[in-house]
Amino acid sequence: MSDVYVMGIDMIKFGRFPEKTVPQLGATAALLALDDAGLTIQDMQAMYCGNLGQASAMVGQRILQEIGQTGIGVVNCANACATGATAFREAWMSIKAGVNDVVLAVGVEQMGRGLLGGGGGATGIPKEGLLGSGTMPAVFAEAGMEHSRKYGTTFEQFAKVSVKNHHHSTLNPKAMYQIETPLETVMNAEMISYPNTKLMCSVNVDGAAAAVLVSEKKARELGMARAVRVKASILTSDPYSDRDLVMPDVNAVTRRAAKEAYEMAGIGPDDISLIELHDCFATAEILHYENLGLCKDGEAGRMIDEGEVALGGRIPVNVSGGLLSKGHPLGATGIANIYEVSTHLRGEADKRQVEGARFGMTHVIGLGSACGIHILEKVA
Amino acid sequence: MSEQAKVKGPLPVVSWLKGAGTSDPYLEGLKCECGAIFLGERNNCSSCGARDQLKPTRLSNKGKLYVYSIVHRSFPGVEVPYISAIVDLEGGGTVKGNLINVDPDPAKIQFDMPVDVVFGDALGRKDKEGNSYISYFFQPAA
Repeated sequence: MSDVYVMGIDMIKFGRFPEKTVPQLGATAALLALDDAGLTIQDMQAMYCGNLGQASAMVGQRILQEIGQTGIGVVNCANACATGATAFREAWMSIKAGVNDVVLAVGVEQMGRGLLGGGGGATGIPKEGLLGSGTMPAVFAEAGMEHSRKYGTTFEQFAKVSVKNHHHSTLNPKAMYQIETPLETVMNAEMISYPNTKLMCSVNVDGAAAAVLVSEKKARELGMARAVRVKASILTSDPYSDRDLVMPDVNAVTRRAAKEAYEMAGIGPDDISLIELHDCFATAEILHYENLGLCKDGEAGRMIDEGEVALGGRIPVNVSGGLLSKGHPLGATGIANIYEVSTHLRGEADKRQVEGARFGMTHVIGLGSACGIHILEKVA
Repeated sequence: MSEQAKVKGPLPVVSWLKGAGTSDPYLEGLKCECGAIFLGERNNCSSCGARDQLKPTRLSNKGKLYVYSIVHRSFPGVEVPYISAIVDLEGGGTVKGNLINVDPDPAKIQFDMPVDVVFGDALGRKDKEGNSYISYFFQPAA
């Protein structure tokens, strides 16, 4: 079975665009990706659109209304924060299955400010702050505290993740924020849910990213000069574990996806040149160094301390600035990650280029749960 | 002649808090033969897939603190800071709730500290009809 290629991919600079609509943001990204591929909407045979906020409101079709109503099939995808990766994977799968040759995947989100999670309470009384917290900062703080209890990971070590990712974002013109934040600044910022301070929480922004995927046959026709090969596309849900239904387990769902991704690609963690992983909160990133096999269990603290995961280190993580600094528009992130990795594989990442990048990995997690992992390869 | 309004006892904050309004409130889980314990209503075990074989089981009022976070930012009307705690109960079952009667300070909270499950009014919260609720909380073991 032949491979699938990314022929064009792009994202808009993340930010706040209250004057735009969700379809307008998605359309902008779609046109950027189409232009990058040297193709038009008329060339697309299907479209997969990822959006959460308007998941039942036909966002994909409304994007086509902005750029070309060609009558192609549209699937609107939702998988919490793994939405973008899910849309990309569905596009990939339709080509793998031999149904399509040229497909558009779009991820888009427009977000308000403030806390996510902790909702519900449709019956009875609200449970937030009564039966613990269901807000995202608290849920991921608790996940980080599990790492603390097992390995003694400190508040300071978690905070270093933000220092690193905020620094990386100063090299990324498409990041929402591009501000250096020294360690004291991160640790002294407003505490949201210990140990996550405000600067250790991903930023809610508006954003969109899109990709044009093609079959190998089509890639050869169009020219492979800037094509990126998709070596693995994996999606998992949270397998049963004792505490999972009360304390969401982001580790098992990631480990399962990572194992399957490395197997599908036929490579191991040592072959990966850079990773864009799901740093929804600084505490989460630490867990995923181990979950993705970058180090042995218990060594994540050492990795951040010793700079192994910074640009220039052994395995650069989130050189885009990550969700913490580039931003996390929920439906777009899963494709924005793939844009970042593709840019490095094409040698076009400018000031933040990871030299000699050959394989890149992207990882997103949607709570509830879904984990999407892709491995991409430079076309020699 | 005075009319005695029928006073409704406090309602349980969740369906698996049993004995609301009695002197013996407790938490109930549904237990599978395979050992999995679930909170809330369901028919089937999502660990082993067993169908219609779950049995109600009274959960212990004692446990150990597995992990926690101290919440400083919440929605309007929620008093902060408070401690969100994940507790493993003796004999099985993991429950999330507020850890009370301890300073919201990491230096004062230890992983695995023994806790008791206690019951009390749900922080004064009432529903649209004005009903009161009884909730569970954790506190350092006596």
